Amino acid sequence: MDAPLRLIASNPLDQLARTIEALLVVASQPLSVDELAEAADDDAERVEAALGLVRERYAEGRSGIVLEHVAGGWAFRSAREAAAACARLFEKPAQRNLSQAALETLAIVAYLGPCSRPDVARIRGVSADSAVANLVERGLITESGRDEAAGGAIRYRTTPLFERVFGLESLSQLPRLDDVGESTEQIRERLHEVAEKRSA
Amino acid sequence: MIVRELELDLDAFEGPFDLLLTLVLKDELDLREVDVAGIVLAFVEHLFERDELDLEACGEFLVLISALLELKARGLFPEEAAELAELEPEAAAEELARRLAEYRRMKDAAGWLRERLEQEGDRFFRLGPAPLAPKAETPLGPQQPEKLAEVIRLLAKEPPQVSLAHMALRFPPVTQFVERFRSVLRRRARFDFDQEVGELSRVEQAVAFLALLDLRRAGEITIEQSAPFAPIRIARIGEEKTDRDERTAAWTLRSA
Repeated sequence: MDAPLRLIASNPLDQLARTIEALLVVASQPLSVDELAEAADDDAERVEAALGLVRERYAEGRSGIVLEHVAGGWAFRSAREAAAACARLFEKPAQRNLSQAALETLAIVAYLGPCSRPDVARIRGVSADSAVANLVERGLITESGRDEAAGGAIRYRTTPLFERVFGLESLSQLPRLDDVGESTEQIRERLHEVAEKRSA
Repeated sequence: MIVRELELDLDAFEGPFDLLLTLVLKDELDLREVDVAGIVLAFVEHLFERDELDLEACGEFLVLISALLELKARGLFPEEAAELAELEPEAAAEELARRLAEYRRMKDAAGWLRERLEQEGDRFFRLGPAPLAPKAETPLGPQQPEKLAEVIRLLAKEPPQVSLAHMALRFPPVTQFVERFRSVLRRRARFDFDQEVGELSRVEQAVAFLALLDLRRAGEITIEQSAPFAPIRIARIGEEKTDRDERTAAWTLRSA
């Protein structure tokens, strides 16, 4: 009678899974498998297996807390169904009112980074100073060394927060550029069309 | 007005405009360091001072300054310069198309990001400073307390007493010496500064010298010194004329 209650699921990884839950609930940024393994004092393979358990437990639709693989690590977030309630109480300073200029600049830094303000300006055709400053302020991009060419402009890259906000496991999850837009061929054709119209 | 002689006073360069051009062309001055706007300002100010419109000068200036600007711009974007300057019209069109395509792709990528943001907007997560514990420090090697004590003892030595001697410096009033020199000059037409103040302290000598300058400014005396560090000779005005010719080479102190 006094014997302790036995857990229904006696998976040997249960205890490790509980430790991981504890670590993740305290963390304010995604934790990598290595970080979890070091903190839990266990090996990475077992941690990955235990993460599978935790992920099952905290899946969308099963819990108000959802485990996600994001920005190169694991982190808890709110379930989507609770979004409206969360939005009434919490602000999202990193992504609120991102302008078109900021998004274009962000895309350039994400795809071509690290790159400098002159690089961004060259592609967008207008000065990138305020857009870059704005993104740095939001924590979506950060300084990353300097150009080796003359002038040595500061270069920027995206931050883990960028990946987190956009729900990306890593930058490699960005779609290939060829898949998102017109090809050079198409644009060249359009240019020629315009040129012909003018000469006509 | 000759543009080339325009005097410049910039951070990176001070001197006439044509010297700046020469230095830049010889690569002895890095154009990236030169504030071109500063040159334009100097020119405009110069024009303003002259209060007449010298079209020829303006034209010359425009040609020079635009060449300088182009040089500077190319210096700042070396690859760009090589890329665009040497392109044939056909190739330039290609280049333009390539750039437009690049921008187009980035614009589409931005569109993808916006969509993504809308899809992922209902995820909330905790943000804050990383609450990570500091890594355990690697333990130090074996310690030698005696050695540490020795070093600390060295440092703990009482520092030498700071001299306060200069705090007691007193400056006698300049007028005191003015009166004194006047009375000397009433008795004698000329005297030797070093002889007169030789036995005084350094501070008093300095004040005495100020008194001399005062007298010189008032036009009461002349001061002569044949060479730096030679004896300073003071003469009452009036006496000076008699032997001025002997001392034409004398170095006369003017900056009273």
